[in-house]
Amino acid sequence: MELILIFLSAALVNNFVLAYFLGICPFVGVSNKLSSAVPMGLATTFVMVITAIVTWLIYHLILVPYEVEYLQYVSFILVIASLVQFVEMFVRKVSQPLYRALGIFLPLITTNCSILGLALFMVLKEYSFVEGIFYGVGAGAGFTLAITAMAGIREELELADVPKSFRGAPITMVVAGLLALAFMGFAGMITV
Amino acid sequence: MDINILIAIATMGGLGFIFAGALAIADKKLYVEEDPRIAKVNEVLPGVNCGACGKAGCYDFAVNVVEGEIAPSGCPVGGQEVANDIANILGIDAGTSTKIVARVLCRGGNIEAARKMVEYRGPQTCSTMDLVSGGTKMCQYGCLGGGDCVEACTFNAIHLNDNGLPVVIDDLCTGCGMCVTACPRDIIELHPADREVFVFCKSHDDPKTAKEVCDVACIGCGICARKSDGGVIMEDGLAVIQWDKFDPDKIPFDKCKTSAICYLREAFAEYQVEEKKEASRIAPEQNN
Repeated sequence: MELILIFLSAALVNNFVLAYFLGICPFVGVSNKLSSAVPMGLATTFVMVITAIVTWLIYHLILVPYEVEYLQYVSFILVIASLVQFVEMFVRKVSQPLYRALGIFLPLITTNCSILGLALFMVLKEYSFVEGIFYGVGAGAGFTLAITAMAGIREELELADVPKSFRGAPITMVVAGLLALAFMGFAGMITV
Repeated sequence: MDINILIAIATMGGLGFIFAGALAIADKKLYVEEDPRIAKVNEVLPGVNCGACGKAGCYDFAVNVVEGEIAPSGCPVGGQEVANDIANILGIDAGTSTKIVARVLCRGGNIEAARKMVEYRGPQTCSTMDLVSGGTKMCQYGCLGGGDCVEACTFNAIHLNDNGLPVVIDDLCTGCGMCVTACPRDIIELHPADREVFVFCKSHDDPKTAKEVCDVACIGCGICARKSDGGVIMEDGLAVIQWDKFDPDKIPFDKCKTSAICYLREAFAEYQVEEKKEASRIAPEQNN
């Protein structure tokens, strides 16, 4: 039950994009088409889960025993950057179509602050290993949900009669704001 | 030295070494053979990553060309020369790349277009003029003369002539379309460079207004459309050329009272092109 709550908390109540405002760059930049938003969401979820696993191991097996917890920021950045690089090579070797579908998104995830945020939150909330994995899956699902919803709305917006000065970036910001407002409805439902 | 510093250095150094080693091994183990032609094609491309081909950049274009998704002539900036180079590398026929250039479809410069009674003293850019009051000319459709297209052109291919109208230098224009986006009045269009005749007007005004507002406006009389066998059609008081059916020989150019439809070489011939002025876009100082 606790695990499900952690998942729901990360996915809906404390949605990384719409409640913490992390990972706004891909959320705005890659959400103009559903066909690219969904792979981006899935790729981020994948990296988030792996990051959750590896950073938990590094934090609890290396940083804590040697009492160098203050290195978490630097080491997590290092871990995330290497991991994404490795995942990119791996995907390229194993599945060319998937590599092409992900394209530029995979390297973009390296500098996505929601990944680093996930690793740091996990330490802050003192999650166990399994809890950490669920947290990663939940955060990824939340990101995917947000970016997919955004892409769906933006595809419809293409057909809408938006005033000329609001077209493009301004209306996207307005939509993002309204979407965040909607997600505020979940606020305080679960406190995990 | 404090032992903590050493531990910190050792931790980060160790982590760095482990990941570097893992990546180095992974790079060897997971190496993917890439088509060597992609790198070669990429080398002959202009390399400015302008996106005019519709791809994410020059490298993406190279990948697509090698895979046969795009014709070698797909790079509008490189033109025929690059197309031939790519074709040589791939050992295929280049195909003819028609040069695409920007065309300014308005002849109503400072001399032809009627001026407003009020003076515009805001910033001298088309976008502000369009938003604030529509600039100094009466015409709501034509060129504002603020030079936003000149500013937008990264290839230095558009200049204002001494009549205040932008003129495209074909040799420098790459057809990237930056000026088309910059123009708030949408009077710049991309056309193949060999098109000679255009309707140099975008006005949908009724004939009376059009005549009052500008000496060279299309007044919507429809003479060119009647003689053209479908090559020109009338749309809301404006002659529009249908390029697939258009034949310049059928157009009675002398019958067009305002010469709104005419040959490109005649359209701007009387005016000299000014040098690009850097300081001209600052609002004129107010005299009190």
